[in-house]
Amino acid sequence: MTLRLEINQIWKSYPGQEVFHGCSFSFEANGIYALIGPNGCGKSTLLRICALLEKPDQGEVAFYSGDQKETIDLNLKRRISLVLPKVGTFNTTVFKNVAYGLQLRGRSREEIKSKVDRALQFVSLSHKKKQNALTLSSGETQRLGLARALVIEPEILFLDEPTASVDQKNTEIIENILRDIKKDRRSTIIMSTHDQDQTKRLADHVLKINQGELQLLP
Amino acid sequence: MESIINGFQAAFYLIVGLNRELLGIIFLSLKVSGLALLISTIFALPLAALLGLKRFPSQGLLITVLHTLMGLPPVVVGLFVYLILSRSGPLGFLGLLYSPSAMVIAQTILAFPIVCSLCHSALIGINPVIRQAAVSLGASPFQVSLAIIREARYGIMSGIIAGFGRVMAEVGAILIVGGNIAGLTRVMTTTIALETDKGNFELALALGIILLGISLMINFLLHWFQKKKI
Repeated sequence: MTLRLEINQIWKSYPGQEVFHGCSFSFEANGIYALIGPNGCGKSTLLRICALLEKPDQGEVAFYSGDQKETIDLNLKRRISLVLPKVGTFNTTVFKNVAYGLQLRGRSREEIKSKVDRALQFVSLSHKKKQNALTLSSGETQRLGLARALVIEPEILFLDEPTASVDQKNTEIIENILRDIKKDRRSTIIMSTHDQDQTKRLADHVLKINQGELQLLP
Repeated sequence: MESIINGFQAAFYLIVGLNRELLGIIFLSLKVSGLALLISTIFALPLAALLGLKRFPSQGLLITVLHTLMGLPPVVVGLFVYLILSRSGPLGFLGLLYSPSAMVIAQTILAFPIVCSLCHSALIGINPVIRQAAVSLGASPFQVSLAIIREARYGIMSGIIAGFGRVMAEVGAILIVGGNIAGLTRVMTTTIALETDKGNFELALALGIILLGISLMINFLLHWFQKKKI
C-alpha cells in the first residue's frame, strides 16, 4: 500500500525569518505535486521537513498506509527518499553510488546488480557505470541522484529543483523519467520547481507557497 | 669533498652488499615505527571520528589541545617517557627503559596527535551534502558515520602516512628512552647521529640514503592518496 503524507500545523522559522506559520496539507498517494513560489519562500525547507531531514518548530509530519498512521522510525525513512539539488555523490563508481541504498537495506549481491543495472538504464547512465561519479557532468549527476533514489523504490520521492542546474537535453531526460514513474504509479512525487512550463508539463497538482502557507492552485 | 665521495662509495657497497648490521638497524627502525604507528592509529581513529562526527561539550578545547600536541618536541616526550619508565618512575617496575618497547611508547605518543588531528581534519572536510545524501537514502546514524569515514578515506590514509613520516625521522625521544644500544635499540636515526659523531660517515651516509628513500616513498604515497581525493 502506498504511503500518504499529511502535514499538520507546521511552523518553522529561522533567525529573522518566519518560513511557515501553521501550514497544513494532505498529499494523496500517486501523482506529481509541484511546489512553486519565489526564491526563499521555503520550498526546500518544506521538502526537507516532509522528507524527515529537518524538524519543524511546531506541528506534525504524518505518514499513513491507508488509514493506519505509521510510526516514524528508520523503516519508515527507508520508504521515502529526497534528491537534493546538490546530489552529494560518493567518491566511487557510478554503480556503487546507486547500489548504496540497497546495500544499506542488506540486499543480496545479485539483487543489487540487477536493480542497479535497471536503474542506470532507466536514467541512461549504463555506459558510465564504472566511471567515478565525481567526474560526471551536472546533468548526469542529477540523473545519478534520481537513479540512486529510484533504485530503493521509494513510495514518496521528494525532488528539490531536479532540473535547476541542467541543460535542455538533460531536463527532457529527467522529465521523461518522472513521466514514466507517474505512468507506472510507482511513487508519489513531490517536487519543487521554478519552471512554470515544467509545472504544466508534469504536475497533477500545483501548490504555491504564499506567505508561509500552502495554497492548492486550480 | 673527498671524504664525502668516499663516504657515498662505501655507503653504496654497504647497501648493495646487504650488510647485516645495516639490515638489522633498518628492520628495527621499521618495526618500532610501524608498531608505534599501528598503536597510535588504533587509538587516534576512533577519537578523530568522535571529534569529527559528533557534538559534545569541551569538543573545541579537545581539538585545540590535539592541534597543540602536534608540535610536541620529541626530546620533551623522551624526557617524559624516561621519567615514567625509569626505575623510580611509576612504571619503572616494568623494566622497559632502554628497550624497543620504550621507543614504541615514545613514538606512539608523538604520532598520536598527528594521526588524530589529520584524520579529524579529513573527516570535517567532507561536504555536508554527503551526510544528507546518506540520510535521505535511509542510512542509520552509524551507517551515516561509516559513509563519511569512507569518503574521508584518502585523507585518513594521508594522516596515517604523515604520522609514519614523523616517527621514522624522529631521533630525540628514542635516543633518550632507547639509549642507542647496538643490536638492541639502535635505529637508523640514532645510528646516523652516533656514527657522525664518531666520524664514521660510511654507515651514517648509507642509512641517510635509505632514510631519504623511505621518506621519498612515503611522500609518493601521500601524493598518490591526495591525488585520489580528486
